[in-house]
Amino acid sequence: MQRRLLLGQPQLAITIGRLCQELIENHQNFEDTVILGLQPRGIFLADRITERLQGFINKKVDLGYLDATFYRDDFRRRDSPVKANETRIDFLIEGRKVVLVDDVFYTGRSVRAAMDAMIAFGRPARVELLTLVKRKYSAHVPIEPDYIGKEVNTLDSQQVVVEWEGQEGISEDKIWLQNKED
Amino acid sequence: MGQLSTKHLLGIKGLNADDIQLIFETADEFKDVINRPIKKVPSLRDITIANVFFENSTRTKLSFELAEKRLSADVINFSSSNSSVKKGETLLDTVNNILSMKVDMIVMRHASPGAPHFLSKHINANIVNAGDGTHEHPTQALLDTFSIREKLGDVAGKKVAIIGDILHSRVALSNIFALQKLGAEVMVCGPITLLPKYIDTLGVKVELDVRKALEWCDVANVLRIQLERQHIKYFPSLREYSLYYGINKALLDSLDKEITVMHPGPINRGVELSSDVADSDQAIILNQVENGVAVRMAVLYLLASVSK
Repeated sequence: MQRRLLLGQPQLAITIGRLCQELIENHQNFEDTVILGLQPRGIFLADRITERLQGFINKKVDLGYLDATFYRDDFRRRDSPVKANETRIDFLIEGRKVVLVDDVFYTGRSVRAAMDAMIAFGRPARVELLTLVKRKYSAHVPIEPDYIGKEVNTLDSQQVVVEWEGQEGISEDKIWLQNKED
Repeated sequence: MGQLSTKHLLGIKGLNADDIQLIFETADEFKDVINRPIKKVPSLRDITIANVFFENSTRTKLSFELAEKRLSADVINFSSSNSSVKKGETLLDTVNNILSMKVDMIVMRHASPGAPHFLSKHINANIVNAGDGTHEHPTQALLDTFSIREKLGDVAGKKVAIIGDILHSRVALSNIFALQKLGAEVMVCGPITLLPKYIDTLGVKVELDVRKALEWCDVANVLRIQLERQHIKYFPSLREYSLYYGINKALLDSLDKEITVMHPGPINRGVELSSDVADSDQAIILNQVENGVAVRMAVLYLLASVSK
């Protein structure tokens, strides 16, 4: 299988550090801000970001996981249904600033669904989107990430694969661009 | 990824253990949804569901209707008491008429065993059996086993006694299938007249003494005496039944362990369960009702995604 390395371990660490600094620029001490990782794959990035943030500001940051399976717009339009994942938000988001975190931004549809899902937990003061990899010119909806790790040109026949250390058989954080398997 | 092996839920018999696990895992998420400030998700917004009830029901019908509405489906209700069935229309005609109004799913209760199985051979819509006579009541068994899993962590290896009117109970049969598929041990207990002949061929233990059944089990699922289905006398009187098979607090307290008590409702207080048991901490009867909505949401959601 042909695959190209987009980001390796050292670059990824630098990128995540930079994203954290950008977040701190806008949210200072995270008093009114919460992080929501999007299930299923955004939660790993959300974990990393939160951990690094807490190191920088020396303070606990509210972190939740949001699953948008039941809010997707492709239910009954896909060949196989998507399995639901746990939503874990043990704080109120009413009146707070929310940073949605996902690893790859592609069509923007899952972010749209996530915003629907999020509203069930209150009306946030402001919503932002952080993504590690943004695939350019591929959005189906008018949604744009506020914080971007890396922008890449991709084909529809390709996919971005994010590997996190600690997952089964993975020893290093790496992001690959590869052709979709037939 | 997560798909049921069937497009209808006619009975537990037609499901495999993976299907049941998938329903449980999906129901976990729906249980979370129905405990949020906004209890609704838009998943089934383009689906119309007909609740076709040829037999009375309160809990099941309410539970299904709530599950459908929480999933944003459009819902129409039909009950045979005020319909053309009384004028002589056949089951298939009635349902075909409903389907020609572009209905995607049918939730059906019928007094005749096998009615939903018959329909499934003739129509395209997804069918959910909400009870067919004395045969099966799959969603009840799913919510019962889901409640056991929630309370005890797992169903596998647990001992469950089903106590009461086994002969007339569709809940009993569905529960036996579901519990066995999930790896639990099952015992049925009741007066000999209310136990079906050859029930032991299903691989369940049979016990006539309720105390022995309670001593054996981790969970007692207590069923109602279905007087409406009993056309002859199966026992001398309700008082006598209550004396020999009724479960009260004194009986539970005399056991050397704390068992979990379940009841599918409606309870006849003072007959199969005394009030002090039904309202005790050992009873998870109201949890069953809450779980019923989540489990039915999972079933409807998963079936809807199969049709494509």
